[in-house]
Amino acid sequence: MAHWFAMGGYAVYVWPAYAAFFIVLAWDWFAPALRRRRLTRELRGRIARERTRATRAPRAEAST
Amino acid sequence: MSRSYLPHWVHWLGSPPNFYRFAGALRPWLMAVALVGAAAGLYGGLVLAPPDYQQGDAYRIIFIHVPSAWMSLFIYATMAVAGLVALVWRVKLAEVIAMECAPTGAAFTFITLVTGSLWGKPMWGTWWTWDARLTSELVLLFLYLGVIGLYNAFEDRRRGARAASLLALVGIVNLPIVHYSVQWWNTLHQGTTVDFLDPARSSIAPSMLWPLLVMALATHLYFFASLLGRTRTGLLSLESGKQWVRALVDGQPAQTTGAPT
Amino acid sequence: MNMASTAQMVVDRTSVLVRPQHASTFAACTALLRRDFVLAWRRRGELFLPLLYAVIVAALFPFALGPDPELLARIAGGVLLVIVVLAMLPALESMFRTDLEDGTLEQWVLAPQPLALLALTRVIAHWLTTVLPLVVVMPLLGTLLNLPVKALPVLIGALLLATPLLALLGSVLSALAAGARRSGILMALMLLPLAVPVVIFAAGAIAGAQSGMPYLAPLTWLAAALVLAIVLAPLACAAALRIAVES
Repeated sequence: MAHWFAMGGYAVYVWPAYAAFFIVLAWDWFAPALRRRRLTRELRGRIARERTRATRAPRAEAST
Repeated sequence: MSRSYLPHWVHWLGSPPNFYRFAGALRPWLMAVALVGAAAGLYGGLVLAPPDYQQGDAYRIIFIHVPSAWMSLFIYATMAVAGLVALVWRVKLAEVIAMECAPTGAAFTFITLVTGSLWGKPMWGTWWTWDARLTSELVLLFLYLGVIGLYNAFEDRRRGARAASLLALVGIVNLPIVHYSVQWWNTLHQGTTVDFLDPARSSIAPSMLWPLLVMALATHLYFFASLLGRTRTGLLSLESGKQWVRALVDGQPAQTTGAPT
Repeated sequence: MNMASTAQMVVDRTSVLVRPQHASTFAACTALLRRDFVLAWRRRGELFLPLLYAVIVAALFPFALGPDPELLARIAGGVLLVIVVLAMLPALESMFRTDLEDGTLEQWVLAPQPLALLALTRVIAHWLTTVLPLVVVMPLLGTLLNLPVKALPVLIGALLLATPLLALLGSVLSALAAGARRSGILMALMLLPLAVPVVIFAAGAIAGAQSGMPYLAPLTWLAAALVLAIVLAPLACAAALRIAVES
C-alpha cells in the first residue's frame, strides 16, 4: 500500500496534482449553491416586504 | 403561419421554468454516472495500469491532466456556440448557459495548467516554459477570465451576456492554436498521442488508454451536471421577478441544510 | 394646373425619390475623419501623455536592470513592444466612451452608412492621432535601450504592422466595454491575451534582425493578421457597438 502511495518516488508531484483536481472541481460544484441560497433568501425577503405592503395599503383605504 | 425548423421539444426546453425542472431532474443522474465513471477510471489509471517505462509512476497525472485539457477546450466551444445563439437569436436560456460555462471552463483550464506544471517539473525539469501549447493554454485562461470580467461589469445582465458572448467568439481563434500548437511549432510539450477517429492507432498502451477515455467521459458528464446546476441558479437570478420563481421560492420551506440543487 | 406643369411635378417628385437622400459613405467617413482630427488637435496636449509614459517606462529599465549594454540590447525589442501595448491601453479604452455618453454613437448606429466602415474610420483616426506619434518615438527609445541600428528598420516595420493590428483588436474590445461600468483593469485583461501572439511575432522579428536571423516570416504573419483584422474587426466592432447602444 505504501509502495503504491509512494508512486515510484513521484508522490510529491502526483498527489498534489490529484488534490488540485478534486479541490477545484469541488469548489466548482458547491459555489453555485451558496449563490443560490443567498438569492432565495433575498427573494423571500422581497416577497415578504411586498406582502406586508399589500396588506397595509387596503387597511389604510378602508379606514378613510 | 411561420414554421419552425426545430423540433417542438427544443422550444419547450427553451422556456426557463421548463428547463429548470428538466435540469433539476437530470442533474443528479449525470453526476452519479460521472462519479462512478471517475471511480472506475481512477482505479484503472492509478492501480491497474502499469508504470510507464520512461516516466515511471509520474505519468499517472495524465488521467486528470489530459481530460481537463480536453474539457478546457470543449467548454470554450460550448460557450461560443451558446453565445452565438444568444447573439443571433437573443434566446434568454442561451445567454445564461453561455455565461455559466465560463467559471467551469476556467476551473478546468486552471487544473490543466497546475497538473501540467506538476507533471513538467519531474519530467522536463521545469515548472513552466513558454512554449506554444502552454502559452496558448494560459491565454485560454485569460480569455475565460476576460469573459467573466466583462459579463460582471454590466448592470444589465442580458446586455452583459451578449457582450461577453461576442468576446468569447472573438477569442475562439485561440482554440485551434492550442490544439495544433504541438504540430505547428517545435514545442517541449509532447505531440498528439490519442487519435479520436481511430483510437486503436493511438500511440498509447490500451491499459492506459481506457482509463483515460473513461475519465474523459466522466469529466464531460460532470461538466454537464455542473452546467445544469449553474444554469438553474442563473435562471433564478435572471427571472427573479417572474411568477414561477416566486412560487418556487415561496413554496419551499426554509432550508437550513440540504444538498445543493 | 396644365399638363406641362403636372408632368414637371411628377418628374421632380420621382427624381427626388431617385436622388440619394443622404451623404455618400465616402463623404461620411471623411467627415468623421475630419471631426476626429479637429477634436484631437483641440486636445493636442493630451496626445503627448502616452509618449511621456513610454519614455519614462523605457527609462525605468536601465535603472532597474543596470546599464549593462549587452543586456539592454538583448531585451530592447521586447521591452519596446510591451511599452507600446501598455501605452496604447488608456487611449483604446476611451475610443468610444465619449461618443456613447453624448449620443453620437446612436446616430452612428441609425445612420444609413455601414456601421463597420464608420468604426474602421474611427480606428484609422485613432491610430493616426494617438499611435503614430508613439511609433515615431520608438526608434529613439530603441537607441536609448541600446538596440543596434541595423534592427531599427525592422523595428519600425514591425510596429507599423503590429500597432494597427492592436488598434483594431482594441477597437472591438473597447466597443464591448463601452457599455459596461468603468473598470480600469478590464481592458487590459481582455486585450493582453489577444495581444500575446502579436507581441511574440513582432518581438521575434526584431530579435531576428538583431542576431542576423530571418525576420521576414514573423513580419509576413503580422501582415496577414493585419489584413484579416482590417476586414473582420470592423464587423465585430459594429456588432459590439450595437450591443453598447441598446439600453
